[in-house]
Amino acid sequence: MTEKEILMQVRNLSVMYKTKLGEVSAVDNVSFDIHKGEILGLVGESGCGKSTMGKALMRMIQPPGKITSGQIIVDGEDIMTYDQKQMRDFRGRKVSMIFQDPMTSLNPVQRVDEHIVEAIQVHESKTKTEEALSRAEGLIQRLGIRKNRMKSYPHQLSGGMRQRVMVGLGLVLNANLIIADEATTSLDVIVEAQLADELRDIRETFGVSLLVITHNIALVAELSDRLAVMYAGHIVEMGDVETVFDTPLHPYTKGLLKSIPNIKLDDTEKLYKMPGEPPNLTHPPTGCRFHPRCPYAMPICSKYEPYFKEVLPGRAVKCWLYIDHPEKESETIEVTA
Amino acid sequence: MDNLINDKNNNDYLVEVQNLIKWFPVQTTFIDQLFSKERDFVRAVDGVSFNIRRGEVLGLAGESGSGKTTIGRVTIGLEEKTKGNVIFDGIDLSTLSAEELRKLRRRMQVIFQDPLASLNPRMSLGDAIRQGLDIHYPETANNHRDMVLDIMEKVGLSPAKFFYNKFPHQISGGQRQRVVIARALVTQPDLILADEPIAMADVSVRALLLDLMVQLKDEFNLTYLFITHDLATAKYICDRIAILYLGKIVEISELTEVYAYPLHPYTRALLAAVPVPDPHDRRTEPMPKGEIPNPINPPPGCRFHPRCPYAQEICSQQEPFLRELRIGHEVACHFAEDFLTES
Repeated sequence: MTEKEILMQVRNLSVMYKTKLGEVSAVDNVSFDIHKGEILGLVGESGCGKSTMGKALMRMIQPPGKITSGQIIVDGEDIMTYDQKQMRDFRGRKVSMIFQDPMTSLNPVQRVDEHIVEAIQVHESKTKTEEALSRAEGLIQRLGIRKNRMKSYPHQLSGGMRQRVMVGLGLVLNANLIIADEATTSLDVIVEAQLADELRDIRETFGVSLLVITHNIALVAELSDRLAVMYAGHIVEMGDVETVFDTPLHPYTKGLLKSIPNIKLDDTEKLYKMPGEPPNLTHPPTGCRFHPRCPYAMPICSKYEPYFKEVLPGRAVKCWLYIDHPEKESETIEVTA
Repeated sequence: MDNLINDKNNNDYLVEVQNLIKWFPVQTTFIDQLFSKERDFVRAVDGVSFNIRRGEVLGLAGESGSGKTTIGRVTIGLEEKTKGNVIFDGIDLSTLSAEELRKLRRRMQVIFQDPLASLNPRMSLGDAIRQGLDIHYPETANNHRDMVLDIMEKVGLSPAKFFYNKFPHQISGGQRQRVVIARALVTQPDLILADEPIAMADVSVRALLLDLMVQLKDEFNLTYLFITHDLATAKYICDRIAILYLGKIVEISELTEVYAYPLHPYTRALLAAVPVPDPHDRRTEPMPKGEIPNPINPPPGCRFHPRCPYAQEICSQQEPFLRELRIGHEVACHFAEDFLTES
């Protein structure tokens, strides 16, 4: 049923950080797909590995971090086999990234037009400056920035405008995938909503895919088509955003959804108080990494790690409740559509 | 401690803020000074009045630059006001000497957003909590350790003896915020200024901290001034809420009243902008254009008028004042009546 074209396949991706206190497995053996033209929300709390994952997809992990295993397949090619030059071409043309703080991503002594022209010319050295400029202008206006702002320096722009310039930089080389890592987090709520509208818009007009990495689950509900929930270096649940919100399967997702504040007054439910805090990934819990906080934990959960099981087409969960095992005492839950 | 029944009509105010103004001078260059160019001011708070009833939680909500933090800081005397009055439990703060203000501080404590920045990394948790006691109650020094252990248990740092000698870096973010809460409570304050107290915490930890704050409020008869940019979280703790825009209150009332019948166009936009955790209920309202303007030269008339979809000529000429349009519900908008009939 989900006959979506696949843009990027991530297979068994692991990222480790070497620290004084030991190795941190920030992303541990994660596999998923990103479809063409979709908005995929990747949510999780701080330290769950979501930002590391985003960077890993562009092979931008810096030492002491390292991608220790896995494949990232785009257009039939595994980018893990690319050399430096191929990677440079890949970044920007195929995949681009927007970060939380545009001020640290933009060059403070470069004007908006210079940023965009540079981005074009680095990748397309034959493009004349005038042509690049007119492309930049067209794009910037479509993003709701007035033309006279092209000559502004980053500090002269508001936070929302800076972030739009970043979006423009991501789009100018016709990337197929934009990774937005907490791109709306430092913005005020009205500006955040404006940018969310724009992201939806550019998906329509440019047909790009968006990977929205955020801790804000309500934003994902507002924006995404599909949702992946990360906990302690694993994707624990994935599916259509409506389905996951309606019938969350993983106990962590269940708890998380019940602990999000809802501004609607007719929602009178008290917030769920999840016990404990996310684990330290130098010594992750054995078995399922969520088991110490899980209200459904069984003996098997601390013993073996569950695999990421596709319980229905396009719906996967990493939890022993839904997986058979000879050592399990309880019944396995069958998920029906 | 006073044990007053907290009903909506009581006029027993712990804090009265009257026409508060706080302008920060903008740094000028030497050349500008030479030509005695007029000094610019950031009008962070520009004529704000509100009261906090004993035992209630008043929320101050707004975007960055709305002045919410400055109001909080001036209210408890951390910052000098430019004009206006702050009256705490009948005492006008401006009549106090520095020494008297310091003594009064025991009754007004603060919880900041970033617990790691609020704690001295070289001071053990127990000592950090104890410091306030040692300063304000030197005569009972012998009991302080027990008092600290007691309050640590109450905020959920249990077993307290285990945590007493730990340092901030050895505990989790949620636990650090509990230390900050314990430190604020140990001097037995009446008022807690909570400036974005849970904004840094993860979603799964927030609910616990919010619940703790509500529970402690009841146990210790506290009054909170709760500063937040997060209107969804405010719903779970605030009794009343004031919506701020560019140094002014644009709307103030009971929280449920404001959320059910928002009368100011800005409040309406702000409430609509908050994402709802329900993919079946996506926002369709368009957002107002632009961003919060520069508080050095705020727009004339109604400060929201350049962004307001309902703005008329009068809005750029005449400043609207807060008017009570429903019982206990004040709003500063020339055309708020239009929304009144709608609701």
